[in-house]
Amino acid sequence: MADLILTPNIDDADDFFADLLATHEGLEKGESDALNARLVLVLANHIGNSDVLKQALHTAALKDA
Amino acid sequence: MNKIFEVPLYAYERSPDQDTATPVRHKVIVIGAGPIGLAAAIDLAQQGIQVVVLDDNDKVSFGSRAICFSQRTLDIADRLGGGRQMVDTGVQWNTGKVFFDDRKVYEFNLQPETGYANPAFINLQQYYFEQILVDRVHELQDQGASIEIRGRNKVAAVGTHDDFVKLEVETPEGPYNIEADWLIACDGAQSPTRRMLGLDFEGRVFEDNFLIADVVMEADFPTERWFWFDPPFNRGQSALLHKQPDNVWRIDLQLGWDIDKDYEKQPENVIPRLKAMLGEDVAFDLEWVSIYTFQCRRMERFRHGRVLFAGDSAHQVSPFGARGANSGVQDADNLCWKLKLVLEGKAPEILLDSYSRERVQAADENIARSTSSTEFITPKSEMSRLLRDAVLDLSEHYEFARPLVNSGRLSVPCTYHDSSLNSADALDGPDMTRPGSACPDAPLGDAFLLPKLAGKFTLLTIDADAPDSIEEDGVEVTRLALSVKDDLTLELKRRYLGKARSGVYLIRPDQHVAARRDTYEENAFRQAIRRATGKE
Repeated sequence: MADLILTPNIDDADDFFADLLATHEGLEKGESDALNARLVLVLANHIGNSDVLKQALHTAALKDA
Repeated sequence: MNKIFEVPLYAYERSPDQDTATPVRHKVIVIGAGPIGLAAAIDLAQQGIQVVVLDDNDKVSFGSRAICFSQRTLDIADRLGGGRQMVDTGVQWNTGKVFFDDRKVYEFNLQPETGYANPAFINLQQYYFEQILVDRVHELQDQGASIEIRGRNKVAAVGTHDDFVKLEVETPEGPYNIEADWLIACDGAQSPTRRMLGLDFEGRVFEDNFLIADVVMEADFPTERWFWFDPPFNRGQSALLHKQPDNVWRIDLQLGWDIDKDYEKQPENVIPRLKAMLGEDVAFDLEWVSIYTFQCRRMERFRHGRVLFAGDSAHQVSPFGARGANSGVQDADNLCWKLKLVLEGKAPEILLDSYSRERVQAADENIARSTSSTEFITPKSEMSRLLRDAVLDLSEHYEFARPLVNSGRLSVPCTYHDSSLNSADALDGPDMTRPGSACPDAPLGDAFLLPKLAGKFTLLTIDADAPDSIEEDGVEVTRLALSVKDDLTLELKRRYLGKARSGVYLIRPDQHVAARRDTYEENAFRQAIRRATGKE
């Protein structure tokens, strides 16, 4: 079973976070929510593997945290 | 010209049963001459079982109800006699368009897989489907089969006993009593039989209303399926446009659950809605308008002693994915061979419990799939809507999002993967033909595989030796010997062998796989036959 990566893996964490915020800049709440929803789908498709996606959903729910 | 559903096709006639001192006992009585009741009766009659169909009406279904008939249903109809005529009469389509709000987000082309005798599905008015089956009943009668449809015979009371069922039947000339060894209730979602026996559905997953309009128009609409999410002419809801034969178009407008049904179906309220959808200048005639309320639910079990429920009387689903009539026809397909063996004393009554178990599994699968479609089409929360809209917005630009769009999934037959009738899989073969699966068709030169598997137990051997027939405790099995060379397209090999070099399949009369191995081994197959007939 493929494992979800839960150790630091983003090439440049600060840059990515800044880009994420910049993408939302100037958007109304509804537009931002819609963008986030689209982003989730785009990333999920890139991952593809259902084991990893299930672990990601579980992790995001913070049930074991 | 009268529409076919306005013509009495099985007018009331007095039966000798109405003049006997004691009730006449029949082998099987079917209540309801809809698609399921007719399919069951034809299936039994073809196998030499005497059957009487009672219907409270004398015509095929008024208006159009079921519209989309799947490949599996057509395969079954081929066995019953009538599949070809259905395909010839029906409309086939390949292009689907998906609209969101006021724009088309994408279109798709269903390129059907080749190597099947029947198309993936056809659009056909239910009344044509029924008419073809009624014609088939008359044909069987002409050939001397013991099958009759009694029009305007309304069942008023059902009395159940250990080994028979007693019915009180109302007719235009008064009531009479009649009995049957077995009763099959195909009397629809409101099933009076179910009510008279004090049985009910369990659970209620979902409820919604649809305005169903069949309109006749000469308009130049292409033969495509158009589906709208949240269109301007039906805000917050969905809409579907689909072509049927005779320039009849099916329009489904979702209305939501909290509506005034009488108000919504008045023509003065329907017509403006349709004009907003089709365009102000499109001329059309309304053939039929109704409000269709559906729920997703099923009976706990489909067998109650000598009474068997099939079709909508046993289970109901949402209309997304064409799982109503199609699953009902498969109920009949599953039931009739079992009932025949039980009636002939070749299998124990408990075989009929496997009918309930297998078709309950199918009903659950259909309910689950149509519920997924329903949740996509009608999001239940703000977040569901946000995610649904995100899928639709992405689908306009990116192919990856399109498989997530769910406006109804194509109905495919259920695989009874854990059925007690199956033997353990003993072939390293394809998943699509593992025990429990409905046999996929395959080309055999100018012919096809499925018609050769019709209505009896078959031992299909592919490049393997086996006796020409086996009999195990009264159950006869006939061999069909094939080679991968019989199909130059190699679909037979791909669908039935995969990497294996040879294969032997035990196939049930309903064309589901009961067992498979790489080679014939007598003891294993004798045991498989016993399992498949409820003896182990």
